Amino acid sequence: MTYEDLLKQLTEEDDRIVVMTAENRAAIRRLPSMIGDRFIDVGISEMTLIGSAAGMALRGRIPVVHALATFLTMRAFEFIRTDVGIPHLPVKLVGAVPGFLSDGNGPTHQAIEDIALMRGIPGMQVFAPADNDDMLAALPHILRSPHPAYLRFNALPACVSHAPFQPGKAEVLGEGNDVAILTYGFRLREDGIHARVINLRSLVPLDEDAVLTAIAECALTVTVEDHFLTGGLYSILAELLLRHGQRASVLPIALDGRWFKPATLDRVLEFEGFTGAHLYQRISTTMNDGTSHRPVHETVSTLFKTYL
Amino acid sequence: MTDTERLDLQQRALRVREHIIRMATDGGCFIGASLSCTDLIVYLYSEVLRIAPDRTTDEDRDFFFLSKGHDVPSVYGTLVELGFMDKARLGNHLKTNDSLYWHPNTSIPGIEFHSGSLGHLLSVGIGVALDSRLRKSKNRVFVVLGDGELNEGSIWEGCLVAGAHRLDNLVAIVDRNAFQANMRTEDLIPLEPLEAKFAAFGWAVRRIDGHSFESMESALSEVPFEKGKPNMIIADTVRGKGLPSIEERADRWFVNFTADEVDMLLDELHGINQATLTSEQLYVR
Repeated sequence: MTYEDLLKQLTEEDDRIVVMTAENRAAIRRLPSMIGDRFIDVGISEMTLIGSAAGMALRGRIPVVHALATFLTMRAFEFIRTDVGIPHLPVKLVGAVPGFLSDGNGPTHQAIEDIALMRGIPGMQVFAPADNDDMLAALPHILRSPHPAYLRFNALPACVSHAPFQPGKAEVLGEGNDVAILTYGFRLREDGIHARVINLRSLVPLDEDAVLTAIAECALTVTVEDHFLTGGLYSILAELLLRHGQRASVLPIALDGRWFKPATLDRVLEFEGFTGAHLYQRISTTMNDGTSHRPVHETVSTLFKTYL
Repeated sequence: MTDTERLDLQQRALRVREHIIRMATDGGCFIGASLSCTDLIVYLYSEVLRIAPDRTTDEDRDFFFLSKGHDVPSVYGTLVELGFMDKARLGNHLKTNDSLYWHPNTSIPGIEFHSGSLGHLLSVGIGVALDSRLRKSKNRVFVVLGDGELNEGSIWEGCLVAGAHRLDNLVAIVDRNAFQANMRTEDLIPLEPLEAKFAAFGWAVRRIDGHSFESMESALSEVPFEKGKPNMIIADTVRGKGLPSIEERADRWFVNFTADEVDMLLDELHGINQATLTSEQLYVR
């Protein structure tokens, strides 16, 4: 099933849902003919997209709005914060080509601070599915929830069979107590895993129990994200540890204060060190350099295929 | 409009101006802009908007949005005069036991949406107008904009979108007092010819005297001006209207007056003496 199919079905089931876009139609190209006047395109005007979605929500609608993740979360940030965030309206923000998925577009299109921005708005929920299946599993919940939400759109085909979606719950893949890999939005594989991979699914709400348990049981915690080091998962983890008075050995893998090299996706991952082999190398080096005292299993390398 | 009706509106507007002047102390308020749109706000709530104190949540009501939120003292005063809000609440202005501050919020009956950041509520109004069309209901949407607010790009984005979607249930009114925060609009980012600009964006445009109730009636009774076009009313007004010592003074945009100055301004409003003001403009922008 595609995102478009499911959105059509949900729109037919619930009169309150309207689909809006700032002429970003890649994922919803057939919807205008399917849902008629409940599809509203305001043109390339993200501020008006958000303001008018807030007006719609004020009248009881559930607007599902589409734009590229950068322009949605940044061009229209103040409208999201002020017109959706302050009155806590159930506007659903769908950001296309987030993170590495903007591949060759360049830094203008790299939404790698979107998590930081959206989670900074009180009440805003933040979803980052690992693949298409993971996204579709969450979508009905996102649309039915009374809260505003940001969805990092990810329609890559799944490589794993996911656990059923439960709001606020992470998905734990693999087992072991050597290394816990906390991540979101990355496509995962599952052959011979001897690391504990936690697919967070949502950053807000955060599955604190899954994270704290993993930290308590594993020698090393790794955060992997296609996001700036500041404001994303690494920051979320730091806040969580401080709040609970805990400390942990943490290896953050993120974009540290810079935009990534624009190229085709496979080349981006290779260049930025986000392939499975690179991640294995970085994690095992950390584990063997005295930060942690336990050897890492080589199987980590096959676990984490990222987008490849 | 009969003479009695006009006199009633004038008396109501005078009382609203008294309320505004009383809010211009103990923290102050945006007095100049509030006085410029007072007559418009009084007329809209009294004669145009299909809302009432006991009908603030009716499905078929009209929606009013004050996009230039800093004029809210004129709305507070009008809501008191029309019985939406208890007069005693005005004494809570800028106090922590209530929520009456320099910009609107929805804790006040008759206020549909908060504002303060310029350039927002035209798009929110567009959303409500789109929804009304979807549900085939009779709601009309009125949005009051500032002329300085027209510097904001989101206004012109919204004008394009409203024109494209042919929202003839949307009425925007520009409080054209010819000033923005610190200076005359035409000395900074010239706006004229305004009618031609909005017409070029697909709106049906009228220009009125924003202090004449007859002028307001002649335009607002004819909404929609043209089928399939959003309605724009440019209301020429005077910033600080009613107080010669404030009128058209760039340095009297936001002032926190002393209690004595408030008394003098109330006298000035009633044509007794012109006030001698010593409090200076607070440059909050």
